[in-house]
Amino acid sequence: MINRALYLRRRAANSVFIVLSIAAAIFGLVWLGFILGSLLTQGVAALSPTLFTQSTPPPGSAGGLANAILGSVLMSVLAVLVGTPIGLFAGTYLAEYGKHTRFAFVVRFVNDILLSAPSIVTGLFIYEIIVVPMGHFSGWAGAASLMVIVIPVVVRTTENMLLLVPHTLREAATALGAPMSFVIRSVTWKAAQAGIITGVLLSVARISGETAPLLFTALNNQFMSTNFNGPMASLPAVIFQYALSPYEDWHRLAWAGALLVTATVLTLSIIARLLENKQRN
Amino acid sequence: MNWRYPSTGRPPLMADIALTDETALTARAQTTRRAGAGDARFHFLTWLAAALVLLIFTGVITALVIGSVPAFKAFGFGFLTTEVWSPAREHFGALASIYGTLITSLLAMIVAVPVGIGVAIFLTELCPRLLRRPIGIAIELLAGIPSIIYGIWGLFVFAPWFQEHVQLPVINATTGIPVIGTLFGGAPYGIGVITASLILSIMILPFISAVTRDVFETVPAMLKEATYGLGCTTWEVMWRVVLPFARSGVVGGAMLALGRALGETMAVTFVIGNAHKIDSSLFAPGTTISATIANEFTEATSEIYTSSLISLGLILFFITFVVLACAQLMLRQLEKQSGK
Repeated sequence: MINRALYLRRRAANSVFIVLSIAAAIFGLVWLGFILGSLLTQGVAALSPTLFTQSTPPPGSAGGLANAILGSVLMSVLAVLVGTPIGLFAGTYLAEYGKHTRFAFVVRFVNDILLSAPSIVTGLFIYEIIVVPMGHFSGWAGAASLMVIVIPVVVRTTENMLLLVPHTLREAATALGAPMSFVIRSVTWKAAQAGIITGVLLSVARISGETAPLLFTALNNQFMSTNFNGPMASLPAVIFQYALSPYEDWHRLAWAGALLVTATVLTLSIIARLLENKQRN
Repeated sequence: MNWRYPSTGRPPLMADIALTDETALTARAQTTRRAGAGDARFHFLTWLAAALVLLIFTGVITALVIGSVPAFKAFGFGFLTTEVWSPAREHFGALASIYGTLITSLLAMIVAVPVGIGVAIFLTELCPRLLRRPIGIAIELLAGIPSIIYGIWGLFVFAPWFQEHVQLPVINATTGIPVIGTLFGGAPYGIGVITASLILSIMILPFISAVTRDVFETVPAMLKEATYGLGCTTWEVMWRVVLPFARSGVVGGAMLALGRALGETMAVTFVIGNAHKIDSSLFAPGTTISATIANEFTEATSEIYTSSLISLGLILFFITFVVLACAQLMLRQLEKQSGK
């Protein structure tokens, strides 16, 4: 005897569920498409060669974002140059030496908290330990706050990628009599190279849009500056300031900056993904 | 005794050295010692870097605690329960900011969690195989877009649209109805608590979808096949088998997203309106902890003002720490369960 009512009910429930999840997917994708769409139309309309050659203007006159781009690049490069070795070494410790020790467990836990902790808190921390003692805002402080964001990203990916390296590789090198530090540097790191670079790229992508920690560390600077001792402009900080201003031409620059930041982040993430796939295969 | 290893830029390996004569044996002993010293140095360096991570964490807490001492001295625990925020009278209370942070995150989660799980289900079970990878990748990429982009979009595109097409009709339709009328009362500013919540939900949506999809993929195919084999529908397989199996992962992912929403600054600051009051209407402007800090920190001139803002940071760090720690415990549990 087939219970027709039961079958119908189950099938109806199933259809409702399928419709709902398709609707969810469409809903989600529509919003995200909407965002990218307006970013493209507004941003492309504001693109011009002067963006890269002129500094941020006072309201009402023409200008570009050159000083902000330069400031962002300088601070990011410094943050990554200092943050990468620290992250690489710490990640190596977790994957190769510490493993299941209590210390490694604590570091791993703390690192994952730092990874998603609010970035504005990072800014407050650097303000307290660098800006206050120095007495003024500076590019150093901006780079330091970005570095605090870089380190956890590099630690996490380095550890994950090193754990992917087959144990037989380490064993083979050790059996040849290589000391452990040599095995790590010339065998494990080499094998995980693409993955480690992925981590660095992801960290660059992460900091190139960070605004909150820069607001009260590097502040902003209306002029071209390569002086790390003084306030430094950055793309996100300029976007923040210009978008909230009442001037139409500043809004246009903010959109152009937003497009530049998004393009950078997406390009970096795509390269990182390709490298990661290479690592996993 | 003049044994020298041909220099190739790498330390000699044990296998390079023959074990036959006295000289070689001495050399071997030397090499072992040198390699041992180098090993210890490298080990120490990596340990130092790991310790530095720990130091940063404790440094953040210490700096925030020290920075907030003046505010807590002046206002005591009343700081947490006072709504007043008056730079002119130098009287500060965190309640409005804390309320704003919690309510925007809560509303964002109410929208984003079901939709995010729906998207993940669509991706793992329903989506045509051909579209699965492109959509999956698109969602992962979107999860990486900086929050300031969501902020600027919210301010220039979403808020005006929302004001005209949602707020006005809703206000007109609900005026006079008890409770609901109050909840959606007031003037249609465009910006406000609910606008910020919606932007937040759009921002954390790809994140939740990406994590949930990864978690769903850890469910053994055998389990699903067995359930399908018993004649279950897709809905029954997801609800009775996949979701229970992946529960701790889904909850952990949602908590991670909550951690993001709570601490999010830029997506919120643009559209919340920066008003230090708790309004019964969700359409009214408000503020969150991070928005308050971002908007006012560089304007804070007195010590007590700065200190109050740092105290807000400390409170935010504490809240997100608790949420993120729970998230990690849940995700660890999932890892154990799937035998990684």
